[in-house]
Amino acid sequence: MTVPVHLRHDETFVLNLGPQHPATHGVLRVKLTMDGEYIVKAEPVLGYIHRMHEKMAENGTFAQFMPNTARMDYLHALAFNHGWALVVERAAGIEVPERAEYIRVITVELNRIASHLLWWAAFLLDLGGFTPLLYAFDDREKIIDLLERVTGSRLTYCYLRFGGVYNDIDDEFIAGTRDFIKRLRGRMPRLYHDLVTHNIILIKRIKDIGFVTAEQCRRYGATGPVARGSGIDYDIRKNEPYSVYPEFDFDVPVFTEGDSMARYMVRMHEMEQSMRIIEQALDKLPGGPVMGKAPKVLKPEAGYYYSAVETARGSLGHRLVCNGDKNPYKLKLRSPTFSNLSLFGEVAEGMLLADALAFMGSLDLVIPEIDR
Amino acid sequence: MGLVEQTQAALAELFPEPALPAAPAGEGDQEAPPRQAGVVVTDAARHGSHLDVLCRPDQVVAVARVLDQDGYFLEAISGVDWLDKGQFEVIYDYNRLGGEHCRVTVRALVDRNEPAVPTISGVFPAADWHERETFDFYGIRFQDHPNLIRILLPEDADFHPLRKDYMP
Repeated sequence: MTVPVHLRHDETFVLNLGPQHPATHGVLRVKLTMDGEYIVKAEPVLGYIHRMHEKMAENGTFAQFMPNTARMDYLHALAFNHGWALVVERAAGIEVPERAEYIRVITVELNRIASHLLWWAAFLLDLGGFTPLLYAFDDREKIIDLLERVTGSRLTYCYLRFGGVYNDIDDEFIAGTRDFIKRLRGRMPRLYHDLVTHNIILIKRIKDIGFVTAEQCRRYGATGPVARGSGIDYDIRKNEPYSVYPEFDFDVPVFTEGDSMARYMVRMHEMEQSMRIIEQALDKLPGGPVMGKAPKVLKPEAGYYYSAVETARGSLGHRLVCNGDKNPYKLKLRSPTFSNLSLFGEVAEGMLLADALAFMGSLDLVIPEIDR
Repeated sequence: MGLVEQTQAALAELFPEPALPAAPAGEGDQEAPPRQAGVVVTDAARHGSHLDVLCRPDQVVAVARVLDQDGYFLEAISGVDWLDKGQFEVIYDYNRLGGEHCRVTVRALVDRNEPAVPTISGVFPAADWHERETFDFYGIRFQDHPNLIRILLPEDADFHPLRKDYMP
Protein backbone atom coordinates (compact mmCIF):
# COMPACT_ATOMS: atom_id res chain seq x y z
CA MET A 1 0.00 0.00 0.00
CA THR A 2 1.36 3.43 -0.86
CA VAL A 3 0.38 6.89 0.23
CA PRO A 4 -2.40 8.23 -2.05
CA VAL A 5 -1.12 10.92 -4.39
CA HIS A 6 -3.29 13.72 -3.01
CA LEU A 7 -1.73 13.19 0.42
CA ARG A 8 1.83 13.70 -0.76
CA HIS A 9 2.85 17.13 0.36
CA ASP A 10 5.48 18.61 2.57
CA GLU A 11 3.37 19.11 5.65
CA THR A 12 4.47 16.09 7.60
CA PHE A 13 4.81 15.96 11.37
CA VAL A 14 6.72 13.75 13.74
CA LEU A 15 4.75 11.57 16.12
CA ASN A 16 6.44 9.90 19.02
CA LEU A 17 4.97 6.48 19.77
CA GLY A 18 6.23 5.31 23.13
CA PRO A 19 8.52 4.54 24.92
CA GLN A 20 5.56 4.36 27.30
CA HIS A 21 2.60 3.29 25.22
CA PRO A 22 0.12 0.49 25.88
CA ALA A 23 0.38 -0.84 22.32
CA THR A 24 4.14 -1.34 22.39
CA HIS A 25 4.00 -3.73 25.38
CA GLY A 26 7.14 -2.50 26.98
CA VAL A 27 9.48 0.35 26.43
CA LEU A 28 9.75 0.49 22.66
CA ARG A 29 9.75 3.86 20.98
CA VAL A 30 8.88 4.43 17.34
CA LYS A 31 9.61 7.78 15.75
CA LEU A 32 6.92 8.20 13.14
CA THR A 33 6.89 10.80 10.40
CA MET A 34 3.23 11.21 9.59
CA ASP A 35 1.27 12.64 6.73
CA GLY A 36 -2.17 12.92 8.27
CA GLU A 37 -3.10 9.38 9.31
CA TYR A 38 -0.51 7.82 7.01
CA ILE A 39 3.00 6.84 7.99
CA VAL A 40 5.71 8.29 5.79
CA LYS A 41 8.61 6.92 7.78
CA ALA A 42 8.78 4.70 10.84
CA GLU A 43 11.97 4.42 12.80
CA PRO A 44 12.07 2.16 15.88
CA VAL A 45 14.31 3.50 18.65
CA LEU A 46 15.64 0.75 20.90
CA GLY A 47 17.57 0.42 24.10
CA TYR A 48 15.21 1.70 26.79
CA ILE A 49 15.49 -1.56 28.73
CA HIS A 50 19.03 -2.48 27.71
CA ARG A 51 20.89 -4.29 30.52
CA MET A 52 24.05 -5.52 28.75
CA HIS A 53 23.46 -9.22 29.33
CA GLU A 54 26.41 -10.01 27.06
CA LYS A 55 28.82 -8.24 29.40
CA MET A 56 27.26 -10.03 32.37
CA ALA A 57 27.95 -13.31 30.58
CA GLU A 58 31.63 -12.42 30.18
CA ASN A 59 31.94 -11.41 33.82
CA GLY A 60 30.52 -14.60 35.33
CA THR A 61 30.93 -18.33 34.88
CA PHE A 62 28.84 -20.33 32.44
CA ALA A 63 26.42 -21.49 35.12
CA GLN A 64 26.03 -18.02 36.56
CA PHE A 65 24.53 -16.77 33.33
CA MET A 66 21.62 -19.23 33.39
CA PRO A 67 19.28 -16.99 35.47
CA ASN A 68 19.92 -14.11 33.05
CA THR A 69 18.56 -16.07 30.10
CA ALA A 70 15.03 -16.10 31.50
CA ARG A 71 15.07 -12.34 31.91
CA MET A 72 15.32 -11.63 28.22
CA ASP A 73 12.28 -13.30 26.71
CA TYR A 74 10.24 -13.61 29.88
CA LEU A 75 7.33 -15.12 27.94
CA HIS A 76 9.27 -18.08 26.58
CA ALA A 77 11.96 -18.19 29.23
CA LEU A 78 12.50 -21.95 29.05
CA ALA A 79 13.51 -21.74 25.40
CA PHE A 80 16.18 -19.21 26.36
CA ASN A 81 17.29 -21.58 29.15
CA HIS A 82 17.41 -24.32 26.53
CA GLY A 83 19.43 -22.28 24.05
CA TRP A 84 22.07 -21.42 26.61
CA ALA A 85 22.24 -24.99 27.91
CA LEU A 86 22.63 -26.33 24.35
CA VAL A 87 25.49 -24.07 23.33
CA VAL A 88 27.43 -24.72 26.54
CA GLU A 89 26.79 -28.46 26.32
CA ARG A 90 28.04 -28.34 22.73
CA ALA A 91 31.19 -26.45 23.74
CA ALA A 92 31.95 -28.55 26.80
CA GLY A 93 30.83 -31.88 25.30
CA ILE A 94 28.27 -32.67 28.01
CA GLU A 95 25.83 -35.54 27.49
CA VAL A 96 22.20 -35.20 28.58
CA PRO A 97 20.21 -38.24 29.80
CA GLU A 98 17.21 -39.14 27.67
CA ARG A 99 14.63 -38.51 30.37
CA ALA A 100 15.98 -35.00 30.86
CA GLU A 101 15.70 -34.32 27.11
CA TYR A 102 12.06 -35.37 27.18
CA ILE A 103 11.33 -33.22 30.21
CA ARG A 104 13.03 -30.30 28.49
CA VAL A 105 10.82 -30.72 25.46
CA ILE A 106 7.64 -31.04 27.55
CA THR A 107 8.32 -27.94 29.63
CA VAL A 108 9.59 -25.85 26.70
CA GLU A 109 6.51 -26.68 24.65
CA LEU A 110 4.16 -25.93 27.57
CA ASN A 111 5.93 -22.60 27.89
CA ARG A 112 5.50 -22.01 24.15
CA ILE A 113 1.73 -22.46 24.48
CA ALA A 114 1.71 -20.03 27.42
CA SER A 115 3.67 -17.54 25.33
CA HIS A 116 1.30 -17.80 22.38
CA LEU A 117 -1.71 -17.48 24.71
CA LEU A 118 -0.32 -14.28 26.17
CA TRP A 119 0.48 -12.94 22.72
CA TRP A 120 -3.07 -13.73 21.65
CA ALA A 121 -4.53 -11.98 24.67
CA ALA A 122 -2.36 -8.89 24.32
CA PHE A 123 -2.82 -8.68 20.55
CA LEU A 124 -6.60 -8.68 20.88
CA LEU A 125 -6.39 -6.18 23.69
CA ASP A 126 -4.51 -3.88 21.30
CA LEU A 127 -7.33 -4.29 18.81
CA GLY A 128 -9.91 -3.41 21.44
CA GLY A 129 -11.18 -6.82 22.54
CA PHE A 130 -10.96 -7.26 26.28
CA THR A 131 -12.85 -10.52 26.89
CA PRO A 132 -10.38 -12.86 25.09
CA LEU A 133 -7.68 -11.78 27.51
CA LEU A 134 -9.66 -13.25 30.39
CA TYR A 135 -10.04 -16.61 28.64
CA ALA A 136 -6.40 -16.77 27.63
CA PHE A 137 -5.14 -15.87 31.09
CA ASP A 138 -7.42 -18.51 32.57
CA ASP A 139 -5.73 -21.17 30.44
CA ARG A 140 -2.26 -19.70 30.83
CA GLU A 141 -2.66 -19.80 34.61
CA LYS A 142 -2.98 -23.59 34.41
CA ILE A 143 0.33 -23.86 32.57
CA ILE A 144 2.06 -21.54 35.00
CA ASP A 145 0.81 -23.60 37.95
CA LEU A 146 2.13 -26.77 36.29
CA LEU A 147 5.51 -25.23 35.56
CA GLU A 148 5.73 -23.75 39.04
CA ARG A 149 5.37 -27.27 40.40
CA VAL A 150 8.51 -28.53 38.68
CA THR A 151 10.61 -25.42 38.19
CA GLY A 152 9.85 -23.54 41.39
CA SER A 153 9.10 -20.26 39.63
CA ARG A 154 6.23 -18.86 37.66
CA LEU A 155 7.76 -16.63 35.03
CA THR A 156 11.55 -16.27 35.03
CA TYR A 157 12.50 -19.93 35.06
CA CYS A 158 15.98 -21.17 35.78
CA TYR A 159 15.15 -24.82 35.35
CA LEU A 160 17.66 -26.28 32.92
CA ARG A 161 21.15 -27.28 33.98
CA PHE A 162 24.15 -28.22 31.86
CA GLY A 163 23.63 -31.95 31.56
CA GLY A 164 19.96 -32.13 32.50
CA VAL A 165 17.24 -30.39 34.43
CA TYR A 166 17.02 -29.25 38.02
CA ASN A 167 14.02 -31.27 39.10
CA ASP A 168 12.21 -34.41 37.98
CA ILE A 169 8.55 -34.29 37.01
CA ASP A 170 6.04 -36.29 39.05
CA ASP A 171 2.77 -38.08 38.38
CA GLU A 172 0.74 -35.09 39.41
CA PHE A 173 2.49 -32.94 36.81
CA ILE A 174 1.89 -35.57 34.12
CA ALA A 175 -1.79 -35.92 35.03
CA GLY A 176 -2.17 -32.14 35.24
CA THR A 177 -0.57 -31.67 31.82
CA ARG A 178 -2.86 -34.23 30.23
CA ASP A 179 -5.87 -32.53 31.85
CA PHE A 180 -4.69 -29.17 30.59
CA ILE A 181 -4.34 -30.40 27.01
CA LYS A 182 -7.81 -31.90 27.13
CA ARG A 183 -9.18 -28.66 28.53
CA LEU A 184 -7.47 -26.38 25.98
CA ARG A 185 -8.52 -28.62 23.09
CA GLY A 186 -12.10 -28.44 24.36
CA ARG A 187 -12.06 -24.66 24.68
CA MET A 188 -10.13 -23.90 21.48
CA PRO A 189 -12.98 -24.22 18.91
CA ARG A 190 -15.59 -22.16 20.75
CA LEU A 191 -13.72 -19.68 22.92
CA TYR A 192 -10.79 -19.06 20.63
CA HIS A 193 -11.93 -19.66 17.09
CA ASP A 194 -15.70 -19.00 17.14
CA LEU A 195 -15.40 -15.97 19.36
CA VAL A 196 -12.27 -14.44 17.85
CA THR A 197 -10.76 -16.06 14.74
CA HIS A 198 -14.00 -16.01 12.77
CA ASN A 199 -15.02 -12.66 14.17
CA ILE A 200 -15.68 -10.16 11.39
CA ILE A 201 -14.19 -7.27 13.37
CA LEU A 202 -10.89 -9.11 13.79
CA ILE A 203 -10.84 -10.18 10.15
CA LYS A 204 -11.41 -6.59 9.00
CA ARG A 205 -8.60 -5.37 11.21
CA ILE A 206 -5.89 -7.88 10.29
CA LYS A 207 -6.70 -9.58 7.01
CA ASP A 208 -4.85 -8.20 3.96
CA ILE A 209 -2.96 -5.78 6.17
CA GLY A 210 0.74 -5.70 6.97
CA PHE A 211 2.08 -7.75 4.08
CA VAL A 212 5.55 -9.17 4.58
CA THR A 213 7.05 -10.98 1.61
CA ALA A 214 9.26 -14.03 1.83
CA GLU A 215 12.09 -12.04 0.25
CA GLN A 216 11.75 -9.35 2.93
CA CYS A 217 12.02 -12.04 5.59
CA ARG A 218 15.23 -13.28 4.04
CA ARG A 219 16.79 -9.86 3.59
CA TYR A 220 15.96 -8.81 7.14
CA GLY A 221 16.58 -12.21 8.74
CA ALA A 222 13.04 -12.58 10.06
CA THR A 223 12.29 -16.04 11.46
CA GLY A 224 9.61 -17.81 13.46
CA PRO A 225 5.90 -17.18 12.89
CA VAL A 226 6.71 -14.02 10.88
CA ALA A 227 8.60 -16.07 8.28
CA ARG A 228 6.14 -18.97 8.42
CA GLY A 229 3.27 -16.54 7.84
CA SER A 230 5.02 -15.50 4.62
CA GLY A 231 5.24 -19.00 3.21
CA ILE A 232 8.72 -19.90 4.45
CA ASP A 233 8.85 -23.41 5.83
CA TYR A 234 11.54 -22.77 8.42
CA ASP A 235 11.49 -24.10 11.95
CA ILE A 236 14.75 -24.88 13.76
CA ARG A 237 13.08 -27.89 15.36
CA LYS A 238 12.81 -29.42 11.87
CA ASN A 239 15.58 -27.75 9.85
CA GLU A 240 18.37 -27.96 12.40
CA PRO A 241 17.00 -30.55 14.85
CA TYR A 242 18.18 -30.44 18.43
CA SER A 243 17.27 -32.29 21.63
CA VAL A 244 14.80 -35.13 20.92
CA TYR A 245 12.52 -33.25 18.50
CA PRO A 246 13.21 -35.67 15.60
CA GLU A 247 11.45 -38.39 17.60
CA PHE A 248 8.10 -36.62 17.51
CA ASP A 249 5.56 -36.41 14.76
CA PHE A 250 4.48 -32.79 14.33
CA ASP A 251 3.80 -30.36 11.52
CA VAL A 252 5.16 -26.89 10.91
CA PRO A 253 2.19 -24.63 10.13
CA VAL A 254 2.97 -22.45 7.11
CA PHE A 255 0.68 -19.81 5.64
CA THR A 256 1.51 -18.11 2.39
CA GLU A 257 -0.57 -14.91 2.58
CA GLY A 258 2.05 -12.88 4.47
CA ASP A 259 -0.51 -10.62 6.17
CA SER A 260 -1.22 -10.19 9.87
CA MET A 261 -3.94 -12.84 9.68
CA ALA A 262 -1.43 -15.40 8.40
CA ARG A 263 0.88 -14.77 11.36
CA TYR A 264 -2.14 -15.05 13.66
CA MET A 265 -3.10 -18.41 12.14
CA VAL A 266 0.47 -19.75 12.35
CA ARG A 267 0.52 -19.21 16.10
CA MET A 268 -2.96 -20.65 16.62
CA HIS A 269 -1.94 -23.82 14.77
CA GLU A 270 1.37 -24.00 16.58
CA MET A 271 -0.40 -24.37 19.91
CA GLU A 272 -2.06 -27.53 18.63
CA GLN A 273 1.28 -28.85 17.33
CA SER A 274 2.92 -28.16 20.70
CA MET A 275 0.15 -30.11 22.38
CA ARG A 276 0.82 -33.00 20.01
CA ILE A 277 4.51 -32.96 20.90
CA ILE A 278 3.76 -32.88 24.65
CA GLU A 279 1.33 -35.81 24.38
CA GLN A 280 3.85 -37.93 22.48
CA ALA A 281 6.61 -37.02 24.91
CA LEU A 282 4.45 -37.98 27.89
CA ASP A 283 3.55 -41.29 26.22
CA LYS A 284 7.17 -42.15 25.47
CA LEU A 285 8.72 -40.66 28.62
CA PRO A 286 11.67 -42.91 29.52
CA GLY A 287 12.89 -43.56 33.05
CA GLY A 288 16.31 -42.85 34.43
CA PRO A 289 18.17 -39.88 35.87
CA VAL A 290 17.44 -36.27 35.00
CA MET A 291 21.00 -35.08 35.48
CA GLY A 292 24.02 -36.37 33.62
CA LYS A 293 27.65 -36.05 34.56
CA ALA A 294 28.85 -32.49 34.26
CA PRO A 295 32.00 -31.03 35.79
CA LYS A 296 31.50 -28.51 38.58
CA VAL A 297 33.78 -25.98 36.89
CA LEU A 298 33.35 -25.80 33.14
CA LYS A 299 36.34 -24.95 30.99
CA PRO A 300 35.33 -25.60 27.37
CA GLU A 301 37.98 -25.95 24.75
CA ALA A 302 38.94 -22.72 23.02
CA GLY A 303 36.97 -22.18 19.85
CA TYR A 304 33.87 -20.85 18.15
CA TYR A 305 30.46 -22.34 18.83
CA TYR A 306 26.99 -21.57 17.53
CA SER A 307 23.73 -23.11 18.52
CA ALA A 308 20.14 -22.21 17.68
CA VAL A 309 16.74 -23.03 19.15
CA GLU A 310 13.22 -22.23 18.03
CA THR A 311 11.54 -19.92 20.52
CA ALA A 312 7.93 -18.78 20.27
CA ARG A 313 9.18 -15.76 18.32
CA GLY A 314 11.75 -17.37 16.04
CA SER A 315 15.34 -18.45 15.85
CA LEU A 316 17.40 -17.71 18.94
CA GLY A 317 21.10 -18.08 18.33
CA HIS A 318 24.02 -18.09 20.70
CA ARG A 319 27.41 -17.22 19.21
CA LEU A 320 29.90 -18.31 21.85
CA VAL A 321 33.66 -17.75 21.72
CA CYS A 322 35.72 -19.59 24.32
CA ASN A 323 39.39 -19.18 25.13
CA GLY A 324 39.69 -22.15 27.50
CA ASP A 325 38.84 -20.09 30.56
CA LYS A 326 36.04 -20.69 33.07
CA ASN A 327 33.92 -17.85 31.78
CA PRO A 328 32.73 -17.12 28.25
CA TYR A 329 35.17 -14.97 26.30
CA LYS A 330 32.38 -13.62 24.16
CA LEU A 331 28.67 -14.30 23.90
CA LYS A 332 26.45 -12.78 21.28
CA LEU A 333 22.74 -13.32 21.61
CA ARG A 334 20.90 -13.37 18.32
CA SER A 335 17.43 -12.61 19.58
CA PRO A 336 14.62 -13.33 17.12
CA THR A 337 12.53 -10.17 17.55
CA PHE A 338 15.55 -7.90 17.06
CA SER A 339 15.65 -9.08 13.45
CA ASN A 340 11.88 -9.39 13.13
CA LEU A 341 11.37 -5.78 14.20
CA SER A 342 14.03 -4.48 11.82
CA LEU A 343 11.62 -4.93 8.88
CA PHE A 344 8.95 -2.82 10.60
CA GLY A 345 10.21 0.43 9.10
CA GLU A 346 10.03 -0.84 5.54
CA VAL A 347 6.64 -2.52 5.88
CA ALA A 348 4.94 0.25 7.88
CA GLU A 349 5.72 2.86 5.24
CA GLY A 350 2.47 4.11 3.73
CA MET A 351 0.27 2.36 6.29
CA LEU A 352 -2.45 3.92 8.36
CA LEU A 353 -1.27 4.38 11.95
CA ALA A 354 -4.03 2.15 13.32
CA ASP A 355 -3.09 -0.61 10.87
CA ALA A 356 0.59 -0.27 11.75
CA LEU A 357 -0.23 -0.86 15.41
CA ALA A 358 -2.14 -4.01 14.48
CA PHE A 359 0.83 -5.05 12.34
CA MET A 360 3.22 -4.42 15.21
CA GLY A 361 1.07 -6.60 17.47
CA SER A 362 1.20 -9.40 14.92
CA LEU A 363 5.02 -9.40 15.12
CA ASP A 364 4.78 -10.50 18.78
CA LEU A 365 7.41 -8.21 20.23
CA VAL A 366 9.02 -8.80 23.60
CA ILE A 367 11.09 -5.71 24.28
CA PRO A 368 13.53 -7.02 26.95
CA GLU A 369 14.57 -9.61 24.39
CA ILE A 370 15.24 -6.99 21.69
CA ASP A 371 17.19 -4.74 24.04
CA ARG A 372 18.91 -7.50 26.03
CA MET B 1 27.01 -32.00 -4.91
CA GLY B 2 25.63 -31.01 -1.54
CA LEU B 3 24.83 -27.49 -0.45
CA VAL B 4 27.95 -27.24 1.70
CA GLU B 5 30.24 -28.14 -1.22
CA GLN B 6 28.34 -25.81 -3.56
CA THR B 7 28.74 -22.87 -1.22
CA GLN B 8 32.34 -23.77 -0.57
CA ALA B 9 33.05 -23.78 -4.28
CA ALA B 10 31.26 -20.46 -4.80
CA LEU B 11 33.21 -18.82 -1.98
CA ALA B 12 36.53 -20.40 -2.92
CA GLU B 13 36.64 -18.24 -6.07
CA LEU B 14 37.25 -15.25 -3.83
CA PHE B 15 40.35 -16.88 -2.38
CA PRO B 16 42.89 -17.77 -5.06
CA GLU B 17 45.21 -19.49 -2.61
CA PRO B 18 43.75 -22.61 -1.01
CA ALA B 19 43.40 -22.53 2.77
CA LEU B 20 45.31 -24.93 4.97
CA PRO B 21 43.01 -27.64 6.27
CA ALA B 22 44.11 -26.94 9.86
CA ALA B 23 41.25 -26.83 12.35
CA PRO B 24 40.21 -23.23 13.01
CA ALA B 25 39.06 -24.01 16.53
CA GLY B 26 42.23 -22.97 18.28
CA GLU B 27 42.20 -19.34 17.23
CA GLY B 28 42.27 -18.21 20.84
CA ASP B 29 44.84 -20.85 21.68
CA GLN B 30 48.39 -19.48 21.64
CA GLU B 31 49.98 -22.69 20.37
CA ALA B 32 47.76 -23.33 17.38
CA PRO B 33 49.29 -22.36 14.02
CA PRO B 34 47.82 -19.18 12.55
CA ARG B 35 44.88 -19.83 10.32
CA GLN B 36 45.14 -18.61 6.75
CA ALA B 37 42.47 -16.75 4.85
CA GLY B 38 40.08 -19.00 2.96
CA VAL B 39 37.20 -21.41 3.30
CA VAL B 40 37.41 -24.42 5.61
CA VAL B 41 34.81 -27.10 6.30
CA THR B 42 34.12 -27.41 10.02
CA ASP B 43 32.45 -30.08 12.08
CA ALA B 44 28.87 -28.80 12.36
CA ALA B 45 27.98 -31.16 15.21
CA ARG B 46 30.84 -29.78 17.26
CA HIS B 47 30.88 -26.10 16.32
CA GLY B 48 27.41 -25.44 14.90
CA SER B 49 28.60 -24.13 11.56
CA HIS B 50 29.48 -25.98 8.36
CA LEU B 51 31.84 -23.55 6.73
CA ASP B 52 34.33 -21.22 8.32
CA VAL B 53 35.52 -18.36 6.14
CA LEU B 54 38.39 -16.17 7.25
CA CYS B 55 38.73 -13.13 5.00
CA ARG B 56 40.28 -9.70 4.83
CA PRO B 57 38.00 -6.85 5.94
CA ASP B 58 37.75 -5.58 2.37
CA GLN B 59 36.33 -8.93 1.26
CA VAL B 60 33.26 -9.07 3.52
CA VAL B 61 31.03 -7.33 0.97
CA ALA B 62 32.09 -9.70 -1.81
CA VAL B 63 31.41 -12.69 0.47
CA ALA B 64 28.00 -11.26 1.41
CA ARG B 65 27.12 -10.84 -2.30
CA VAL B 66 27.97 -14.47 -3.05
CA LEU B 67 25.88 -15.68 -0.12
CA ASP B 68 23.00 -13.35 -1.02
CA GLN B 69 22.90 -14.82 -4.53
CA ASP B 70 22.87 -18.32 -3.07
CA GLY B 71 19.79 -17.51 -0.99
CA TYR B 72 21.34 -17.18 2.44
CA PHE B 73 20.14 -14.83 5.16
CA LEU B 74 22.16 -12.99 7.77
CA GLU B 75 21.63 -14.39 11.26
CA ALA B 76 23.89 -12.17 13.31
CA ILE B 77 26.99 -10.01 13.41
CA SER B 78 29.18 -10.29 16.49
CA GLY B 79 32.34 -8.53 17.54
CA VAL B 80 35.17 -10.07 19.54
CA ASP B 81 37.92 -8.13 21.26
CA TRP B 82 41.28 -9.95 21.10
CA LEU B 83 43.06 -7.52 23.40
CA ASP B 84 46.32 -9.50 23.58
CA LYS B 85 46.69 -9.57 19.81
CA GLY B 86 45.60 -5.97 19.34
CA GLN B 87 42.76 -7.00 17.05
CA PHE B 88 39.01 -6.96 16.80
CA GLU B 89 37.22 -9.76 15.06
CA VAL B 90 33.88 -9.36 13.30
CA ILE B 91 31.89 -12.58 12.92
CA TYR B 92 29.04 -12.83 10.41
CA ASP B 93 26.72 -15.83 10.66
CA TYR B 94 24.73 -16.80 7.59
CA ASN B 95 22.17 -19.54 7.29
CA ARG B 96 19.53 -20.87 4.94
CA LEU B 97 15.90 -19.95 5.50
CA GLY B 98 14.37 -23.38 5.04
CA GLY B 99 15.44 -26.32 2.94
CA GLU B 100 18.84 -27.84 3.48
CA HIS B 101 20.68 -26.45 6.47
CA CYS B 102 24.11 -24.90 6.09
CA ARG B 103 25.56 -22.28 8.41
CA VAL B 104 28.43 -20.18 7.10
CA THR B 105 30.59 -18.29 9.56
CA VAL B 106 32.54 -15.42 8.05
CA ARG B 107 35.27 -13.84 10.14
CA ALA B 108 37.41 -10.79 9.55
CA LEU B 109 40.18 -9.44 11.77
CA VAL B 110 40.79 -5.71 12.02
CA ASP B 111 43.38 -3.57 13.74
CA ARG B 112 42.25 -2.60 17.22
CA ASN B 113 43.50 0.98 16.91
CA GLU B 114 41.77 1.76 13.62
CA PRO B 115 38.85 -0.67 13.53
CA ALA B 116 37.00 -0.30 10.25
CA VAL B 117 35.06 -2.76 8.09
CA PRO B 118 32.95 -1.98 5.02
CA THR B 119 29.22 -2.21 5.67
CA ILE B 120 27.19 -5.04 4.17
CA SER B 121 23.88 -3.29 4.86
CA GLY B 122 23.68 -2.56 1.13
CA VAL B 123 23.47 -6.31 0.51
CA PHE B 124 21.51 -7.41 3.58
CA PRO B 125 19.33 -4.72 5.25
CA ALA B 126 19.40 -6.98 8.33
CA ALA B 127 23.01 -5.91 8.81
CA ASP B 128 21.95 -2.32 9.47
CA TRP B 129 20.96 -2.90 13.10
CA HIS B 130 23.52 -5.62 13.79
CA GLU B 131 26.34 -3.35 12.60
CA ARG B 132 25.02 -0.48 14.67
CA GLU B 133 25.03 -2.79 17.69
CA THR B 134 28.62 -3.88 17.03
CA PHE B 135 29.63 -0.24 16.63
CA ASP B 136 27.81 0.55 19.86
CA PHE B 137 29.55 -2.15 21.90
CA TYR B 138 33.04 -2.20 20.30
CA GLY B 139 33.45 1.06 18.43
CA ILE B 140 34.13 -0.77 15.16
CA ARG B 141 33.34 1.60 12.30
CA PHE B 142 31.33 0.19 9.42
CA GLN B 143 32.35 2.30 6.45
CA ASP B 144 29.53 3.73 4.29
CA HIS B 145 26.86 2.62 6.76
CA PRO B 146 23.83 4.87 6.14
CA ASN B 147 23.09 5.56 9.79
CA LEU B 148 25.94 4.49 12.06
CA ILE B 149 24.65 5.72 15.41
CA ARG B 150 24.27 3.98 18.75
CA ILE B 151 21.35 1.59 18.94
CA LEU B 152 21.08 0.13 22.45
CA LEU B 153 23.18 2.47 24.59
CA PRO B 154 22.19 6.09 25.23
CA GLU B 155 23.10 8.44 22.40
CA ASP B 156 25.44 10.47 24.64
CA ALA B 157 27.47 7.45 25.83
CA ASP B 158 31.21 7.92 25.28
CA PHE B 159 32.37 4.33 25.86
CA HIS B 160 32.23 0.92 24.21
CA PRO B 161 31.39 -1.53 27.01
CA LEU B 162 32.34 -4.86 25.41
CA ARG B 163 35.96 -3.83 24.88
CA LYS B 164 38.03 -5.92 27.23
CA ASP B 165 39.85 -2.87 28.60
CA TYR B 166 36.64 -1.02 29.40
CA MET B 167 36.35 -0.18 33.09
CA PRO B 168 33.00 1.12 34.26
